[in-house]
Amino acid sequence: MAGRIRIRAQKKGDITEVKALMRHPMETGMRKDQAGDPIPAHFITEVSVFHGDQPVMQGHWGAAVSANPFLGVRFAGGKSGDIVRVVWTDNQGGTGEGDTTIR
Amino acid sequence: MTTIYAKCISRRGWLRWTLILSAAAAFPGRAWAAVARPKEAFSATALDEALAALGDAPQVHEGIQFMTPDIAENGAVVPIRIQVDSEVLPNVSKVSVLVEMNPNPLAASFDIPPGTEVYIETRVKVAQTCTLYAVAEADGQLYMQSRETKVTLGGCGG
Repeated sequence: MAGRIRIRAQKKGDITEVKALMRHPMETGMRKDQAGDPIPAHFITEVSVFHGDQPVMQGHWGAAVSANPFLGVRFAGGKSGDIVRVVWTDNQGGTGEGDTTIR
Repeated sequence: MTTIYAKCISRRGWLRWTLILSAAAAFPGRAWAAVARPKEAFSATALDEALAALGDAPQVHEGIQFMTPDIAENGAVVPIRIQVDSEVLPNVSKVSVLVEMNPNPLAASFDIPPGTEVYIETRVKVAQTCTLYAVAEADGQLYMQSRETKVTLGGCGG
């Protein structure tokens, strides 16, 4: 299951502002469905933001990050047209990836 | 017969390694992730345990700006923002968010390389009204800032 990511990177002075919205249920594993059976845990565990090949931020997430997670980060040194990439993996081996160019 | 068999194995093994290595080269972030995840802190079920797993007792630091809503109508989606002024508190390499009353207090932890602003925005689940903590690590020392958020509808969505 590869999830798509809506991502935007905007240059504001020296700083590039990245905003990413991922589609993911972020199930904690503590909820039960209507029949009373536990819903297995399913959440993003690792998320990284890259500027070109350079890691800008590496996040480790638990199940307490909200469903359809939002992430905002800022870094220096970005140029208009550079590629910004966001990659995630979840606890069931799923991955998601998205990229954009800096505006 | 045995030589052919041995050749097959080694070719397969070689293919497998090529795949693994090329995957590692294509996704450098994943190799890094496997090393750096603070597993013990994530599995802690009490705030003290989670903080202890992150490092030594954090000191309150005014250089950490931690924004959370005073009242969250929906505990499943609580927007948070952590910002550290690098002139007041330099060399921050890691920022973590903890929610006191959640089943596992550590919600997220971020590694921040030099050149990146210490600025993180995200949304977390908050099980019930409690204190949220932002913990920043700089030069091996922990600093923190806390905020209370009132939750009118719990974050477990049960």
